[in-house]
Amino acid sequence: MPETPAPRPAVLDTVIVAARDPDREQPWAELGLTAEEYARIREILGRRPTGAELAMYSVMWSEHCSYKSSKVHLRQFSEIPQVTSVGPMLAGIGENAGVLDIGQGYAVTFKVESHNHPSYVEPYQGAATGVGGIVRDILAMGARPVAVMDPLRFGPLHAPDTHRVLPGVVAGIGGYGNMLGLPNIGGEVVFDESYLGNPLVNALCVGVLRHEDLHLAKAVGAGNLVILYGARTGGDGIGGASILASVTFTASEGGGSGPAKRPSVQVGDPFMEKLLIECTLELFAAGVVAGIQDFGAAGISCATSELAAAGDGGMHVELDKVLLRDSTLSPEEILMSESQERMMAVVDPADAATFLQICARWDVEATVVGEVTGDGRLVIDWHGETVVDVDPRTVAHDGPVYERPFARPAGQDALQADRAEALARPVGGDELRATVLRMAASPNLCDKSWVTDQFDRYVRGNTVLAQPSDSGMIRVDESTNLGVAVSTDGNGRFTRLDPYAGAQHALAESYRNVATVGALPLAVSDCLNFGSPEDPDVMWQLAEACRGLRDGCLELGVPVTGGNVSLYNQTAETPILPTPVVAVLGVVDDVTRRVPSAWAVPGDRVLLLGETREELSGSEWAHVVHGHLGGLPPRVDLAAERSLAELLRAGADLITSAHDLSDGGLAQTLVESCLGHMVGATVSVPDDAFVSLFSESAARVVVTAAAADVAALASRAATHGVVVTDLGETGGDALVVRSSSGEQFELPLLALRSAWMATLPAARA
Amino acid sequence: MRVGVVTFPGSLDDVDAQRAVTIGGHQAVALWHGDHDLRGVDAVVLPGGFSYGDYLRCGAISRFAPVMTEVVAAAGRGLPVLGICNGFQILCESHLLPGALVRNDHQKFVCRDQLLRIENNRTAWTSAYDEGAEITIVLKNGEGGFVADTETLDRLEGEGQVVARYLDLNPNGSLRDIAGITNARGNVVGLMPHPEHAVEALTGAGTDGLGFFTGLAAAAFS
Repeated sequence: MPETPAPRPAVLDTVIVAARDPDREQPWAELGLTAEEYARIREILGRRPTGAELAMYSVMWSEHCSYKSSKVHLRQFSEIPQVTSVGPMLAGIGENAGVLDIGQGYAVTFKVESHNHPSYVEPYQGAATGVGGIVRDILAMGARPVAVMDPLRFGPLHAPDTHRVLPGVVAGIGGYGNMLGLPNIGGEVVFDESYLGNPLVNALCVGVLRHEDLHLAKAVGAGNLVILYGARTGGDGIGGASILASVTFTASEGGGSGPAKRPSVQVGDPFMEKLLIECTLELFAAGVVAGIQDFGAAGISCATSELAAAGDGGMHVELDKVLLRDSTLSPEEILMSESQERMMAVVDPADAATFLQICARWDVEATVVGEVTGDGRLVIDWHGETVVDVDPRTVAHDGPVYERPFARPAGQDALQADRAEALARPVGGDELRATVLRMAASPNLCDKSWVTDQFDRYVRGNTVLAQPSDSGMIRVDESTNLGVAVSTDGNGRFTRLDPYAGAQHALAESYRNVATVGALPLAVSDCLNFGSPEDPDVMWQLAEACRGLRDGCLELGVPVTGGNVSLYNQTAETPILPTPVVAVLGVVDDVTRRVPSAWAVPGDRVLLLGETREELSGSEWAHVVHGHLGGLPPRVDLAAERSLAELLRAGADLITSAHDLSDGGLAQTLVESCLGHMVGATVSVPDDAFVSLFSESAARVVVTAAAADVAALASRAATHGVVVTDLGETGGDALVVRSSSGEQFELPLLALRSAWMATLPAARA
Repeated sequence: MRVGVVTFPGSLDDVDAQRAVTIGGHQAVALWHGDHDLRGVDAVVLPGGFSYGDYLRCGAISRFAPVMTEVVAAAGRGLPVLGICNGFQILCESHLLPGALVRNDHQKFVCRDQLLRIENNRTAWTSAYDEGAEITIVLKNGEGGFVADTETLDRLEGEGQVVARYLDLNPNGSLRDIAGITNARGNVVGLMPHPEHAVEALTGAGTDGLGFFTGLAAAAFS
């Protein structure tokens, strides 16, 4: 074990030193604080902060941790009643992750987060630690993580940098997630020019717990011990702190021997995380955890201040007790280190021996680093000298809140006037056939198994549905067949055209996908990926998207349980397409009744549920064929979405397969439904055939049913006010499409499958 | 029968193996890597996963786990032992089986439903299958390429010790399409694909893997 370094008395910036030396210059700007924020910290403390305090405030008041630009917009999510179709939320916004009752004494928790910027700098580790972080969030609620999903967005498939980022991100997600033993059951892979210098790597985790096992991040009970366990603390992820160390400490030491600038992307150790999961679940089961907090951004700064701020007292921490990987780390660096695979628990002293014993059984190092106090202060000592003495609420909760200016962009009207409905369209059977084939092979619609085959979707043996199903589905209870379904969706192009509608489309599609597999949609988690909040155009997109999401959730009766905001996603001055990713989780009373997305047998009727309008703006067709983005996105009709979802449940006993219509419209849904089990179909589409095939009108699903059941299903559809169009019949080894005006084409499934499957492997070859 | 399933640090498919044992009609017994104790079981499964993070080399650290001393000794007395994926790697590192598993030839982790042919149904774990039976079970590995020197490969084939071979597509570059092998006695079987993920119609890749658990027959090998 490395020796703990001797203190550096000559340079240690203690609370006493800070009071005695009030005018020392401090590197607040280098740490990302504004002059106003620095002044505010001085005002809160009544003195200048110590270096350690400055480190804590700077990371906790960062955009990433404090949501200072988005908070005023996120607040409206708490106006949505915190209740689902099953019952009240067990924990809501503000906890590590929201917790939902799913019945039978079970609860689930789920959350989606971003790891965009690290994944651009270092794709493998950035994506890997993104998985690790969200899994610890779920674990910290007392839940066993049971599945992950990854909504991913990259630059154009053939761009050189995509060949650096895409394989690294996919390998990182697989390398970490596979080693945790968590099935990866879905997500998205989207390519667009705007993500070239700024990929979006979002990660979702679902966890399951019994109601009584819920744990919250609170430091309660004066005298309780604070235990840090898991990996040792190293020098990763502390770029900012290194500046601090070099400017204020190494310089005054008169030498250049201090730590050099360190890599700011963390390095993951999934094996340690797997041990941490099993160890933590055993600690919960043993009843020796009074409070718990995972380590994410801002490391010990975040864990101690958030635990103490949420508790009933204060906390005293002896920072020199923290086990280190690098014995030269300064207290500031230890406070800011984002080393992965660490957790902090609050433990009754009577339980400490059991706690440490369980950790030892899993080969997990654990150290008592402090205790809960009754004075409401967070005090951190370094070898007996106090380097932090703050009110933890001022660090964790009282960060700055900005009302950033926002305004509808000057070019928005012109963008919306440039409608894709005016673009040249394919004419006749041959051109339609060629378009269907070209679209199916295009990067956003082609087969994604090159990506998803690198993820383990089977581990734990409870995966009922995984990609390419509309939703992933996990069995929760083997004796009752209770389960959950989750989908993530987002449409950056629709959101660019109309952020309010775009966010609602993301919600509607995710909601529809969950209903399509036979689940009852319950709640939402969101990851809001946007450009710079200092750009009023971007702030307008964010504000509109939040408003749209709130209104949509209110109308559909699904609360937002938590999520994440990722800002500054842009390359130089050009922001990404605004991309709110919405995850909807639903409950399934009996997973054996899941509805598959592909056609299994010939002779079933193919039925379109919902209405098709001429809506091509923002569509995949306009993107692939014309490289066009303009006009207004399809109309959002949440009442229709709700009716459709109710019908899918009411008709589940008659429906043999169901697949929603989204990117690529009816054409792509038919293609995917055929290719699942290589069962063809002959369908007749209403005129205009092109619009029928490629419009992206929302609130639509294609289902199949036995011919004898069509009348019964149509009658239930009428009750729910859903329009049914009988398109034709499954069977044969081709997709045959006819229109009422006589256009006709045929796509042999083997040729279709070759084209659909070749794109990603060819681009990666 | 009482069938032990060993949990190493980093084992992942131990719960799946326990479930498969139960569905196969046996009693699953959890075994811990750190114990010199097989708890009197009638057979042992070394499950899939990344024991010790696959650090150093897959299975290279686990072979030194206390429980492996007991497994090796009991295997020598004829105890049926099935190593799946990481378990197969541990069996090779323990020299209970010849050869080694190396990184997939395409350098990527792969998860797919894989077609296999059962080539030897006289082992402790394959008696439920007809010789030549074609089955589809889950394959998922990053280091699943079976390698051995030519002499060993010839001997394995000549003595009928190849238990299963990949059909249609060789997913990892295994020499001679070998997916699984057995020892001369037939009680120790190593398999890279995962039969425990093909035991229920609801999950995994159908039910073709169930035979590995229903057909478990100890008496003939001890």
